[in-house]
Amino acid sequence: MKKVLVILLLAILGYYTAFTFFGIGFGQPHFVSGIQPVKDIYLAQTVKSLKVSNAVTSIVVNFRGFDTLGEVTVLFLAVTVLGSLLYKKRHEVGQRSVLFSSSSIVTAGSKLLFPAIILLGVYVFVHGHLSPGGGFQGGVIIATGFLLMLLAYENYSVSHTALSIVESLAGITFAGVGLLGFMHGGTFLQNFLPTGVMNNLFSGGIIPIIYIAVGFKVGAELTGVIYTVLHEKGQSNG
Amino acid sequence: MIYFILICILFLLMIAASVYAIVQKDLLYAVMATGIISLILSILYYLLQAPDVALTEAAIGVALTTIIFVITIRNTVRMEDETDKKEKFKSAVK
Repeated sequence: MKKVLVILLLAILGYYTAFTFFGIGFGQPHFVSGIQPVKDIYLAQTVKSLKVSNAVTSIVVNFRGFDTLGEVTVLFLAVTVLGSLLYKKRHEVGQRSVLFSSSSIVTAGSKLLFPAIILLGVYVFVHGHLSPGGGFQGGVIIATGFLLMLLAYENYSVSHTALSIVESLAGITFAGVGLLGFMHGGTFLQNFLPTGVMNNLFSGGIIPIIYIAVGFKVGAELTGVIYTVLHEKGQSNG
Repeated sequence: MIYFILICILFLLMIAASVYAIVQKDLLYAVMATGIISLILSILYYLLQAPDVALTEAAIGVALTTIIFVITIRNTVRMEDETDKKEKFKSAVK
């Protein structure tokens, strides 16, 4: 009886999923006839009024900026939960267990590579409105730079206070820029700065500011995650 | 045409890597295989003209996820335990 019910439920679900799926006019100029597709408006507005050359960035930060705020909040919550699960008191964080220390080639090489990786990350999120990339990608690249240093040096440590200050300031900047839109235009995350000339570094209104804030936030959060996970002692052989 | 063949080869490599990741008993090799899947996927995103997504996939899928899995394996066990899988499953269901 139970199995019959499950199969019946799955059949109904499958029927309606297929029904909806085949109703979409893939490949046709209009998904639903009579309405102008939203992508045309986005692509036209990106060039005309926002003066941003990367259409993905303009959609993610400007037209769908509220969703990006939600994504940043989800990442923040995930990091908070991980930190609370693996929380250790300050004096319990000691030397982490290493099987063998890294050779001088690895330490010298990572010392050379670290500034270049950080520079690449900063470039990716500062130029988010001009070239592919953005805050999330740049932040992850910065976190991998810190990961390299943590793997090469056994007692390289990152200040948790500095990480949380950077993260909080970046989050406050994002929300504050969004709230400033209320004062100028009337909606949350309204573009109130002058857009400038297309393909210039200082163009696109609030988009570079928000992406720089997101880059700092994601970089600080993921560096904290790597640091916490690396200093977790193992059950069996740690 | 050569473009299409390249995409097909990459897809086949991806499927092969995922099958290897499932079958492999050594979890470290399985994690490396998932990293290779992410790498090929990011190349595919780039070929399909989505450089933003390709950057994200390369940074998160190849570097960060693989490293976190490797650290987890280092702190737990390396080989997959298969002796009493059915009993474990039964007790988990109950």
